[in-house]
Amino acid sequence: MTAIEQEKFETVIGLEVHLQFHTKSKIFCACANQFGQAPNTNTCPVCLGLPGTLPVLNKTALEYAIKVGLALHCEINTFIKFDRKNYYYPDLPKGYQISQYDYPIGRNGYIDVLSEQGAKRIRIHRAHLEEDAGKLIHDSNNKLSLVDYNRTGTPLMEIVSEPDMRAPQEAYDYLNTLKLILQYLRVSDCDMEKGSLRCDANISLRPAGETKLGVKSEIKNLNSFRAVKAALEYEVTRHQRLLLAGKPVVQETRLWDEQEQVTHAMRSKEEAHDYRYFPEPDLVPFTASKNVVEDIRQSLPEAPQDKLARLKKQYELADYDANILVQDPDLSDFFEECAKGFKSYKKICNWINGPVLQEMNQKKTSLADLNLSAKNFIELIEKVEEGTVSQLVGKDIFKKMLDTGRAASEIIESEGLAQVSDHKALERFVDQVIANNAKAAQEIKDGKMQALGFLIGQTMKLTQGKANPKMLGDLIKRRLLDG
Amino acid sequence: MPYNELTAHDLSELLQKGDVTPEAVYQDLRQQILKHDNSVHAYVRVNDALSFKKDTADKNTLAIPIAVKHNICVKGEETACCSNILKGFKPPYDATVIQKLKNRGIPVLGHTNMDEFAFGSSTENSCYGPTRNPWNLDCVPGGSSGGSAAAVAAQEAIWAIGSDTGGSIRQPASFCGVVGVKPTYGRVSRYGLIAFASSLDQIGPITKDVRDAALLLNLIAGHDPRDSTSADIPVPDYPALLDKDLHGLKVGIPHEYFVEGLDPEVETAVKEAIEALKTLGVQTVDISLPHTEYCVATYYIIATAEASSNLARYDGVRHGLRCRPSQTRKNSITDMFEETRARGFGEECKRRVMLGTFSLSSGYYDAFYLRGQKVRTLIKQDFDRAFKEVDAIVMPTSPTTAFKIGEKANDPLSMYLSDIYTISANLSGIPAVSMPCGFSKSGMPIGLQICAKPFDEATMLRMAYHYEQKAGWYKHKPGLEEKR
Amino acid sequence: MITRETTQHIANLARINLSEEEQTKLTRNLEDILTYISKLERLDITAIEPTSHVLPLKNVFREDVVAASLPQQDALSTAITQQDGAFTVPQVVE
Ligand SMILES: [Mg+2]
Ligand SMILES: [Zn+2]
Repeated sequence: MTAIEQEKFETVIGLEVHLQFHTKSKIFCACANQFGQAPNTNTCPVCLGLPGTLPVLNKTALEYAIKVGLALHCEINTFIKFDRKNYYYPDLPKGYQISQYDYPIGRNGYIDVLSEQGAKRIRIHRAHLEEDAGKLIHDSNNKLSLVDYNRTGTPLMEIVSEPDMRAPQEAYDYLNTLKLILQYLRVSDCDMEKGSLRCDANISLRPAGETKLGVKSEIKNLNSFRAVKAALEYEVTRHQRLLLAGKPVVQETRLWDEQEQVTHAMRSKEEAHDYRYFPEPDLVPFTASKNVVEDIRQSLPEAPQDKLARLKKQYELADYDANILVQDPDLSDFFEECAKGFKSYKKICNWINGPVLQEMNQKKTSLADLNLSAKNFIELIEKVEEGTVSQLVGKDIFKKMLDTGRAASEIIESEGLAQVSDHKALERFVDQVIANNAKAAQEIKDGKMQALGFLIGQTMKLTQGKANPKMLGDLIKRRLLDG
Repeated sequence: MPYNELTAHDLSELLQKGDVTPEAVYQDLRQQILKHDNSVHAYVRVNDALSFKKDTADKNTLAIPIAVKHNICVKGEETACCSNILKGFKPPYDATVIQKLKNRGIPVLGHTNMDEFAFGSSTENSCYGPTRNPWNLDCVPGGSSGGSAAAVAAQEAIWAIGSDTGGSIRQPASFCGVVGVKPTYGRVSRYGLIAFASSLDQIGPITKDVRDAALLLNLIAGHDPRDSTSADIPVPDYPALLDKDLHGLKVGIPHEYFVEGLDPEVETAVKEAIEALKTLGVQTVDISLPHTEYCVATYYIIATAEASSNLARYDGVRHGLRCRPSQTRKNSITDMFEETRARGFGEECKRRVMLGTFSLSSGYYDAFYLRGQKVRTLIKQDFDRAFKEVDAIVMPTSPTTAFKIGEKANDPLSMYLSDIYTISANLSGIPAVSMPCGFSKSGMPIGLQICAKPFDEATMLRMAYHYEQKAGWYKHKPGLEEKR
Repeated sequence: MITRETTQHIANLARINLSEEEQTKLTRNLEDILTYISKLERLDITAIEPTSHVLPLKNVFREDVVAASLPQQDALSTAITQQDGAFTVPQVVE
């Protein structure tokens, strides 16, 4: 396909994101909202949809939903109601999902997506609250599907964008921006691997200049942002080929095959959906008064883009440093906490973006799971900065702090790691090294200063790294040149 | 007199004095059931041995076994709405009302027969076969709580609970000559009542007299945090409020309820009851409820729409019946759903699920479901307006007395029309009671219906009590022949 | 108003297999009932709000507090078939 042929078409993409809230209990019952339990151990008559049971809304779930709506700049409906979405599937125990139809929590919002091409505003069509379904595990050997209802009733927010994205990369950038905004709200893990963030994509192509939408495919089974991008790229090509060959695009749901990196049409026959939405009679309506919404708006945390700007200004951080910090709200909060007690911001930043991030990536954990207190952390940085320990030893101490939970000063003391800064003691080591390395010593005397590093290294070895390297250099020079 | 022929309030006094034990009451009930339930068939299950709590705070003065409709969940006991699709379903939990009764030491005597999922007005649509009217075994007991009403009328239960979506407590109470109360929507928790139509369903008492109804309503009413539609309004002491006289009360007589189609014998009995109320100090006012003629149509849109969704959970996945098509090539999950529901649901059930699905379906929603909801507003406004003027509204419970078994089986619409006088209370949410007000020449009971303002069951029951005591119909009992 | 095709479409939505006779009978029943219901068309409802709930209740919540779930064996006590702690159904094809 030539570039000119490609330019004949405009790609139109809209995304549907489902976000699980990490409330303590489920949305309509008091079962724990947990992940990774044995099948059907996290259920009760209500979330099993047993005959006779009734839902009661979790207050926190509604508050979280309003939070998300506000963070996405949505208009918040003051009248909120729930509706039944009727369809049959074994993972849906009541035969309907409690969702929202004509009065969603929020609508007409937007987010500003930053990318290499600059900022682009993607509009949010609507954001509504609903309940998650259970999970099917297929046992092909026995021609069975196993049904686990643990996930049933997890609070879920569905965020539907307008079809405002024009390329797979834009969809990718949108998802990253959206995820960051959501992470800052602290209403969800936003973890695609665990399924707490899920995404379906709608894509269609139309001749450049055309305003009417083309026939779309809906893509499911997307397990990472990268998969979203790859699947969309695959679909762009597939649609182009069909359109150029004059063949019709069929409106259908397609599944992404991560292994083969292709999409294929769902095998099950798809009937025209008729969800027969109607108001949920088991739940009464809710009102989000101006005051309530205003209170929640006031309590919203700083948005990531605002925080980025502020960090750069307030702490004079470089773009690069600030960007890394902002990618994780925990990290940037931790930075700011440290910055209260230690004024060399660049140093804190280096330590966070260096050893701390390395440790998190290696152990695949969050900052919270590292169990690192700001107080202990800045004490360590201080010890390194004032020369009590070297940078190298400092990194070892950092690991020990994480392993044991002890303070840096404790570790330095109990393990005798403080740098030897006592002149008399250091002189003895230096003299020994000079005596053992006469050739190098002579070179320095002759003005060949390259050998200095070697002698410093030898002395460090002798002191097991506890010597202050700057002091050592001065001492060796004085011994050889002044004496 | 055998204990099973007494009322709960009489038995309660005897229990208090220690003149009777709960076991003795149970034994007499069992005797009566063994003797007559073969022919009446009020029960689908009678519990073998009941465990009576020995020392509850109220000295077991209420330890009187109760009959429960088969759609109210009792932990560990089959609760199947008399449907093949739920046969064998034993809920792992108690309905809130059952929990309340058990907490007061009241054991469940057994589950009573009903129309499948409460879809019917005759208790003929049960997978366990029909119940018969104790006053005439060839007649229906009404429905859908026909089993509960027949059990009380046949002295096979001291008291019972049923559920009322469009008259399912009041119409069988009327047909069986007992007292049936549909409380205000939200007065009694629906948690554990297997739903027919969520915005209309209420659980209520079926008893031998008004005092027992007041007593039982007191026990089951009240706010329940498990039911979002349950009202957080204090429950008055209904029995204590019965005695105050009726002077100063205003009663509305809606002329729309005395029109063609009303059996003249019923009309006469109800009009006599109104005269009796006047002698008790009640002032009557002619009123109009102009949207009465639209009640049945509105009801059949809303009730079936909600039912079509409420019954979606019977899919053969988690409980009850599962069927697979006989053809081997049909083995998808959808085939399983379709076959399970085809074989598990009875004829009336399919009809209602189909009708409800239709009125919610794309292209028909506005013309049917939405229109139904709007007319519901008009019907409710009729009552709001009327209750600005009156304290209660009096009308017949049913246009006729009990009809013959099989008489309306092939005419669903005429069956629907037998609820014509009871449906409005469900659509508007108001409380209503049915009680005996006479007998037809052929000896069948006639029911009087009294409706009141939302949450004013106290006034409604007080009026019913004074009429009952003056008229004395409660003393009449059916002469059951022992079946050989 | 109701054709056999409509009846079959509704039966598909409601997931009920209908026999030929049932299809015929239900088509007639639905037609009768809907004809009766059509009396509602006589009313002018343009300015009327729909009623979903008769009670003016609003904002009924529960606090976000956890209570015990059912033990697995109780959750599965009603199961028709089960395996490895899960309900089982004929394999679902996606
Ligand atoms: Mg959704
Ligand atoms: Zn639960």
